[in-house]
Amino acid sequence: MHGPAALQLTPDGRLKHLLTTEGLPKSLITELLDTAETFLSSQGQPVKKVPLLRGKTVVNLFFENSTRTRTTFDIAAHRLSADVVTLDIRTSSASKGETLFDTLKNLEAMQADLFVVRHSAGGAPFFIADRVTPNIAVINAGDGTHAHPTQALLDLMTIRKHKGDPANLSVAIIGDLKHSRVARSLIHGLRGMGCPDIRAIGPGTLLPSDLGHLGVHTFHNIDDGLRDVDVVVLLRLQKERMTSALLPSEREFFNLYGMTESRLALAKDNAIVMHPGPINRGVEIANEVADGPQAVILDQVTNGIAIRMAVMAMTLSTQQGGHS
Amino acid sequence: MHEIRSQQATEAALQNLISQVRNGYADSAPLVVGIHTGGAWVATRLCEALEWEEPATLDISLYRDDFETSGLKRSGTTNRMPQQLNGENILLIDDVLFTGRTIRAALNVLFDYGRPGAINLGILFDRGGRELPIEPTFLGESLGEEGVGRCKLVGPEPLVLMTPDSE
Repeated sequence: MHGPAALQLTPDGRLKHLLTTEGLPKSLITELLDTAETFLSSQGQPVKKVPLLRGKTVVNLFFENSTRTRTTFDIAAHRLSADVVTLDIRTSSASKGETLFDTLKNLEAMQADLFVVRHSAGGAPFFIADRVTPNIAVINAGDGTHAHPTQALLDLMTIRKHKGDPANLSVAIIGDLKHSRVARSLIHGLRGMGCPDIRAIGPGTLLPSDLGHLGVHTFHNIDDGLRDVDVVVLLRLQKERMTSALLPSEREFFNLYGMTESRLALAKDNAIVMHPGPINRGVEIANEVADGPQAVILDQVTNGIAIRMAVMAMTLSTQQGGHS
Repeated sequence: MHEIRSQQATEAALQNLISQVRNGYADSAPLVVGIHTGGAWVATRLCEALEWEEPATLDISLYRDDFETSGLKRSGTTNRMPQQLNGENILLIDDVLFTGRTIRAALNVLFDYGRPGAINLGILFDRGGRELPIEPTFLGESLGEEGVGRCKLVGPEPLVLMTPDSE
């Protein structure tokens, strides 16, 4: 393996950073999901905290606003007994003109062990991982429209728990795939797991042009795309897309692509409905589907904590624990 | 990989452990907790022999003290435990006792489930080499005098004490 994706693996193929799901081998994804299952069981204990990362310092570097993802990383780090520092960089040194490189060097000098990075620029976590001192792990918590690997892994975990091995499934992703790092990372993850049928459903203005290269089938008509799928993944429609004239209106989007009970009936009987949140009721999803028995949206949130615990433990284990 | 204790010798140690536990709990059965994986096998055999309920099982991999040097060791199992252990009389079972660090980790996990009334320790083989003040309440066989090196219980059927794969 070469290029940016190689940066996250050791020469013998262990995970030292998590930057992207692109190029992650099935064995490693499976190990991440299995590890997350172990953590999920510890989350059912009366005391949810395990002492694994006691004395380690996790620094959340959020160059871009995010409440939900940051909260789940916070909880995950706390439940591993790590110390957590959250830096909202928008309001700090970056706005005073400090470069990303200088910010990084300052944080290293504070003896951090792991950086969780969210940035509006695609590639920022790669930049950091490439320059960080050895023994520090970097986790990409979302970079631009590029990647959101922990979201993709929690989606894969949710799919595997409810529907089994993705290698036997049809998965439809609906909405604004063009601006969605969630969709991009999920597609790479599904491909890594050997999923044979990945479908993208949305208007031409919101589907990226390179989907064919990724083996994804595109549909502009939702009824055609939903037929007999096992998994339905909805994406959040960002309001700013309306102002940039890619979409006429929310109501129009719901009429054409909103997930209603009658549309969901086109999928397989027990198909699951996923959404990375926060959901826009009446835009991507109808109330009766969001609150219905096939929605696993809150399960995704729970799995997200376990996945983030697994990623933190595995990357730090590689960085600091030496041999496997 | 070779045998340290044959199937027959391992069975004899197990029977010795079972008879001690039977005498120790003449009045009422404890909650038996086996440490994954070898300890869980021993606990299952013990509960069958004494006609007790199936044992709970514990995975201590998230509570180990060697993350700094050995990294994450995931067993791939999940704990099978009652929701809370407040006041429970617990018999903790493991296959081989060495430094005592595994038992220390197991005690920590148990306390994350509540405040047990009492905890006793049942061990199939004790190979000495303790680094912590932990001793078994019930013991199948002591190997301490023989200075056996690293060993592991192979099972679940039959149970045999072997050297590790690499030796």
